[in-house]
Amino acid sequence: MENRAHFRTLWLGVALILPQLLLVLTFFYWPTGAALFWAFTLEQPWGGGSQWVGLDNFANVFSDPFYWASVGRSLVFALGAASLAMGIALVLALFCDRQLRGYAYYRTALVWPFAVAAPAAAVAFRYVFAPEAGVFSALNQIYPNIWNPATNGTHAMIMIIVAYGWKYIAYNFIFFLAGLQSIPRALIEAGAMDGAGVLRRMRDIQLPLLAPTFFFLLVINLTDSFVDSFGIVDITTEGGPSKATELMVYKIYFDGFKGLDYSGAAAQSIVLMLLVMGLTFVQFRYVERKVHYK
Amino acid sequence: MIERTPFLNIATHAILVGGLLIAFLPMWLVFVAATLTIEQINSPPISLIPGGELFTNLSAAWNRADLGTRLLNSLFVAVAVAAGKITIASLTAFAIVFFRFPGRMVVFWMIFVTLMLPLEVRIVPTYAVAANALAPLQALLDVLGIAWLWQAATGVKLALEWNLLNSYTGLILPLVATATGTFLFRQFFMTIPAEIVEAARMDGARPLRFLRDMLIPLSKTNIAALFTIMFIYAWNQYLWPILVTTDRVNYGTAVMELKRLIPTAATTGGGTPDWNVAMAGCLIVMLPPLVVVALMQRYFVRGLIGADK
Repeated sequence: MENRAHFRTLWLGVALILPQLLLVLTFFYWPTGAALFWAFTLEQPWGGGSQWVGLDNFANVFSDPFYWASVGRSLVFALGAASLAMGIALVLALFCDRQLRGYAYYRTALVWPFAVAAPAAAVAFRYVFAPEAGVFSALNQIYPNIWNPATNGTHAMIMIIVAYGWKYIAYNFIFFLAGLQSIPRALIEAGAMDGAGVLRRMRDIQLPLLAPTFFFLLVINLTDSFVDSFGIVDITTEGGPSKATELMVYKIYFDGFKGLDYSGAAAQSIVLMLLVMGLTFVQFRYVERKVHYK
Repeated sequence: MIERTPFLNIATHAILVGGLLIAFLPMWLVFVAATLTIEQINSPPISLIPGGELFTNLSAAWNRADLGTRLLNSLFVAVAVAAGKITIASLTAFAIVFFRFPGRMVVFWMIFVTLMLPLEVRIVPTYAVAANALAPLQALLDVLGIAWLWQAATGVKLALEWNLLNSYTGLILPLVATATGTFLFRQFFMTIPAEIVEAARMDGARPLRFLRDMLIPLSKTNIAALFTIMFIYAWNQYLWPILVTTDRVNYGTAVMELKRLIPTAATTGGGTPDWNVAMAGCLIVMLPPLVVVALMQRYFVRGLIGADK
């Protein structure tokens, strides 16, 4: 890459990169730095600057049982949504890739839910799961409160997992199908010649070769479920009932903007940042290198 | 490949039709709900057959959430984010691939790292920056002593302030400030043969001319792909708009209004929840991105796959 032909106007290159650099410095590096600063300091309540408190904010966060509860819920949410969305998408992609008649229609139709805004999907599912009007309304009429996400924490968690996972089925489907289509057709034909049936070829040829896509998607799904869940939670449950769906991002928002505890919110942000960075790192280091069978 | 697997073919179609049901059934329920009267929607079981009140509900939702202004705001923000992103990403990629200047790779990695931390995880401090976008500059001037010099020279305390709350700039800029797209363009620019660059230089084309007459026309597909996914990304934003716009009347976006359409005890005053109007509003708000995807399906898929790698 270093030997490529290039232009020699030095200042122009710098000038072209400057807009993005300024934006990134102002809206990415400065806030990230500020989060670090706040995480290690405590704002005085009546002004008068901030006081260095070392790891106290982190100690407070880690000794707070509500924080650990929100971490646990985020994990349940992340794993639930990822397995729901990836499982269904994988099955659909494997069968769609058989390219039977109508293949193009299936492919087109299965992609579109990803364009629905997460909050819109949330409003939709809040109605679909509403105890008085949704799909369970008939059941609720016979057995009152057999389904009620407004009062039952487990029901509320199921609701946000389904609302969030529904959208990501489409996303995962796109990637699985692209992954399947990059598998050389000759391999599958060779399998067929050796007498392997459709399902056998799926299990022994397509699934193993899909491993890189699978792990890539697993990391993306987990990361996105940590950061992209705010709209779903805020619209469907607002973290309730009694904090049963208060995920990490929602707690940061709540502590920072409603509780005005900037230091605590910043410490939580840093933990979440490290988590997301760790996952991304695993993605680049491990997944990209080791899981390639080509 | 020709195989006779009649049973498996039926099973395949059954599975895929099941997938279609998963994709469409929730939205069908939303559509049906938007066509019912308030009595019909609150009488179980849930209806699967549309009623006749679609336009009444649509106009009720439209007026209640003042969707005309909201949709225009959303449209403006989404187009501006997409256009801004394309401009900035292509310029940056152009500079990184076709120029040599000191610190080039450092800048490249600095931009690359931004992919790792989405806006949501640094939301509180980013909000603080939006309250005064010049705070970083002010801090720099303070540290360098320039602010002190200025005060000594003019007697006026240097206090830079640029408040982005309740402005289109505030809604747009932080969404543009990520690396998505930069890599799409970089990957593509790196496939341009060196001979083309040499030839352009031999013909006396200046860098910007080369960008305009060679690279931009060659990148049409990438631009369309990036436009599609950025439009949808910006349209569907929720957390950032509710933070920066306290002045909902003038700057609220459509997706933000969804929450206020939901019938709760507070809005209905303990009366019957009017889910029919909420669902009509939901239909209106999610329609524009769906239209974009329907028109640009090919580019949408391409953009999604390209932008995340």
